[in-house]
Amino acid sequence: MERLLDDSGKLLVLGNEAIVRGCIEAGVAFASTYPGTPSSEIGNTLQKIGQKAGVYFEFSTNEKVALEAAAAAAAAGVRSFAFMKHVGVNVAADPIMTLAYSGVDGGMVILTADDPSCHSSQNEQDNRYYSTLSLLPMFEPATPAEAKEMLKEAFKVSEELGSPVFFRTTTRVNHARGVIENTKPEREPTKGKFVKDACRFVNIPAFARMNRLKLLERNEAALRISESSPYNTIEGDGQVGVITSGVSYTYAKEWMEDVSILKLGMSNPLPEELVAYFIRDKDLVVIVEELEPFLEDQVLRVARQNGISTPIFGKRTGHMPRAFEYSPDVISKVGVVPVREGKEPLQAPTMALPSRPPMLCAGCPHRGTFYALKKAVGKEGAIYSSDIGCYTLGIQPPFETADFLLCMGGSVGAAGGFSAVTDQKVVAIIGDSTFFHTGVPPLMNATFNGHKFVLVIVDNRTTAMTGHQPHPGTGRNHGGRDTPALAIEPLVKACGVEYVVTVDPLDVKSTQKAIKAALEHDGMSVIVSQGPCPLELKKRRVLKVSTYAVDQEKCVKCYHCVEALACTAFYRDGKDVKIDADLCIGCGVCADICPRGAMGVLE
Amino acid sequence: MRYCVQIAGVGGQGVLLASNVLGHAAMAAGHKLAMSEVHGMAQRGGSVLSTLRFGDEALSPLEATGQADILLGFEPVETYRMLNLANKDTHILMNLQPTVPVKVSMGAEEYPPINDIVSNIRSVTDRLITLNATELAIKAGKAVAANAALIGAVAGVEDFPLERNLLEETLLDMVPERFREINAKAFQLGYETVRSV
Repeated sequence: MERLLDDSGKLLVLGNEAIVRGCIEAGVAFASTYPGTPSSEIGNTLQKIGQKAGVYFEFSTNEKVALEAAAAAAAAGVRSFAFMKHVGVNVAADPIMTLAYSGVDGGMVILTADDPSCHSSQNEQDNRYYSTLSLLPMFEPATPAEAKEMLKEAFKVSEELGSPVFFRTTTRVNHARGVIENTKPEREPTKGKFVKDACRFVNIPAFARMNRLKLLERNEAALRISESSPYNTIEGDGQVGVITSGVSYTYAKEWMEDVSILKLGMSNPLPEELVAYFIRDKDLVVIVEELEPFLEDQVLRVARQNGISTPIFGKRTGHMPRAFEYSPDVISKVGVVPVREGKEPLQAPTMALPSRPPMLCAGCPHRGTFYALKKAVGKEGAIYSSDIGCYTLGIQPPFETADFLLCMGGSVGAAGGFSAVTDQKVVAIIGDSTFFHTGVPPLMNATFNGHKFVLVIVDNRTTAMTGHQPHPGTGRNHGGRDTPALAIEPLVKACGVEYVVTVDPLDVKSTQKAIKAALEHDGMSVIVSQGPCPLELKKRRVLKVSTYAVDQEKCVKCYHCVEALACTAFYRDGKDVKIDADLCIGCGVCADICPRGAMGVLE
Repeated sequence: MRYCVQIAGVGGQGVLLASNVLGHAAMAAGHKLAMSEVHGMAQRGGSVLSTLRFGDEALSPLEATGQADILLGFEPVETYRMLNLANKDTHILMNLQPTVPVKVSMGAEEYPPINDIVSNIRSVTDRLITLNATELAIKAGKAVAANAALIGAVAGVEDFPLERNLLEETLLDMVPERFREINAKAFQLGYETVRSV
C-alpha cells in the first residue's frame, strides 16, 4: 500500500486503490466519506497513507456531512473528494442539489460507487440519474487504470466549469484489480482561502433563481466539453454500433465481434452531436449499459431530434436485461451482434448442495445479543426492525431478528411507526456506527412523539461490515492526535430516554434479564449491548484467544447449542458436536447456554 | 492469448491471497491482466469467487461461463458449485478439505459425501486433480499454509504459462518472513502432487 505513494512504477492494485492514487496525482487536499461497500477501501487506504501524501482525510459521521465538508473545502478553493456508496448519495442528495447551484472554486469530485446485483446493498439504484437530476457532469471509468487517469480529468473539468462533478463506479471497477502506472502528481495539495460571495454561496430564493440560470449555462458548457472529451471515443469501424459506458465496455470490447464502439467515459451531458454522428449510418446500434436505460433513452431522443431511423436495440426492445450486473454471458446472449464463441461449459451440478450465505463470525458478540433477545422476547414474539450492518445477518435462522429493513438509521424511525399503529412488541436493532450515522434523530423523534419500543444498540466498537472503520463512538487518531470517544449512554439520555442499560452480550444471562426488563418497561427503553468485534481486535493484534471444547461425556446430544447459536465454529462428527479449534476464539457464549455445562476452555 | 484462472472458496479461506499471488506473478511476467474479487458482505463466511485473466487481450474483470483454463477450488462443495465455469479441457484442482456450512451443523441441510462430489465431477471431465491442501500444509508445518499448497498445485498444471519459480518467489514475497519456510514446503508439496498425476 505504501507503494501508492511512489511517483513512478507499475502496481497491481484494487480499483479503489487506483482511485486513491488518482487523488494523489490530482493534488486532492481534502477527502471525506462514510464507509460503504463497494467504496470502503478508498477510505481505508486514505486513512493509512493520505496524511503522508498531504491529503486531509476524514471519516465523517454520514455521507451528508462528508459532502457538506467537501463542498466547503472546494468553495475555499482546494480540490476536494467526497466518496460513498450509491445509497450514501441519497443521504447526501440534499446538499448536492443546492451545491450544483453554488458551484465550486477548487475542483470537486463526488464519487458514487454503485452496486449492480446488490452484492453488498439493499438495492441496485442507478445513480447516473443523479447527474441529470442535479445537472452535474458525470464520468464513468471502465477499469482501475482508467479510473486513476479519469479522476484527474474529472478534477480539470470541475475547475473549468466551476462545478462539482460525479464520478460513477460500480463494484466491478472498485473491486476489480488491474495494473496502474504511477506518475508524478500534477500539483501538490494547497491550503484553502474562502472568498465571500453571498450571491453564489447563500442560495436564498432571489439568489437561487439567478444561480439556477447559471447552472443551466454551466450545463451547456459541460455539453461542449463532453462533445470533444478525450474520454468519449469511437473504436473500430463495423456497421454495427455499440454505445456503452463503465465496465460494460470491457465485455463489449472483448466479446462482440466486428462492431464499432462509442465508449462514453463522460456520460453526462451526453455528447449529442457525437452520438448523432455515430448512429447515423449504422445498420443497427446496441446500447450496452447496466441497470436503467439511461443512455438508451437519451440516444432515442437524439435519434428523433436528428431524424435518424437506425434501429436502436437495448432494454426498451427487450434485447438487454435491466436487472443485475452485466457479464460476458449477458453479452453473448444479445442476439443481434456476432460474439466470440467459447467452449461448451460443463454441466452445472446435478446434486443438491448446501447453501452458504454469509454468517455472523465465530465469537461475534451479536450472537450473544440475539440469543438473549429471542429468549427475552419469548413465544409471544416481536417485530424486529433492523438496520444496515453485520447484525442484518440476524435475518438467518436460528435468530430471524430482521423483519423490516430500509436504510441506514431506518430501524429506529420504523420502530416508531410500528409502535404507533400496532399492539405488537417492537424491537429496533442498530449498530453503533449506524446509530451515529442517522440513528439519533429518529430516537429524538421517538421520545418527542411518545413511542414505546426497545432499541437495542449493538455496540461492537467499530464499523464492522465495511472493514472496521472508526466512528464517533470510538474516536480516532487523526492528524497525530487522538480524538475523544463519544459515549452512547449519555447521548441516549440527552435524546430524552430515561431507561438505558448497558450490557455485555457475552454474559448471555444478564443480557437476557436486562432485555426482559426493558420489554416490560412502560416507555422508551434502550439497551446498549457492548462487546468489541473480535475481527477488529484480531486486526489490531489484541485479541486474546482461548479455545473451548465439548466434554462428550457431559454432552447429552440435545443440540441446543448448534440449533440456537449456529456458531460457525461448531461442526458435527457423527452424533458429537465438536468445536473447530482454528475458528473458536473463546467467547464462551456456548458454555453459557449449554444446559449441561458441557463446554469448557480447552487446556 | 488469454488465460483464465477461476478460484472458488469460502470467505476467509485465503482466496484473495491466492489470486493476488497469481496476479502479481502474471504482471511480473509482463502480461496484461484483469481481475475481480469479492469484498464486503460475502466475506463473512459466504461463497466467494476470484477471477484472474491474463494475456495480450485481457481487459474484462469477468470471464464467460465455461471458459476457465484452471478452476482452483479451495473447498469441495464450492468447487462443484462452480463447475460450469469449466469446460472439458479445464484443469480442475480441488482441495478435499471441507468447510462445513453452519446450516449443515444445525441439521437443516446436508453436506454431500465428498466421494460423490468427486465421482460426479469425474463423470463429466477427466481433468480433475484432487489434493488435501490442509494435510499437505500440516506436513509442511502449519495448517494455514494450505493456500501455498494450492498455489503450488497451480504451478504444477501442464502448460501453465507462468514459471514455477516465479510463482514461488511471488508467494514468498507476500507472506510474513517467519512463515516463508513452511509456505515454500507447502508450495512444493502442492506442486509435486499435481506433477505426479
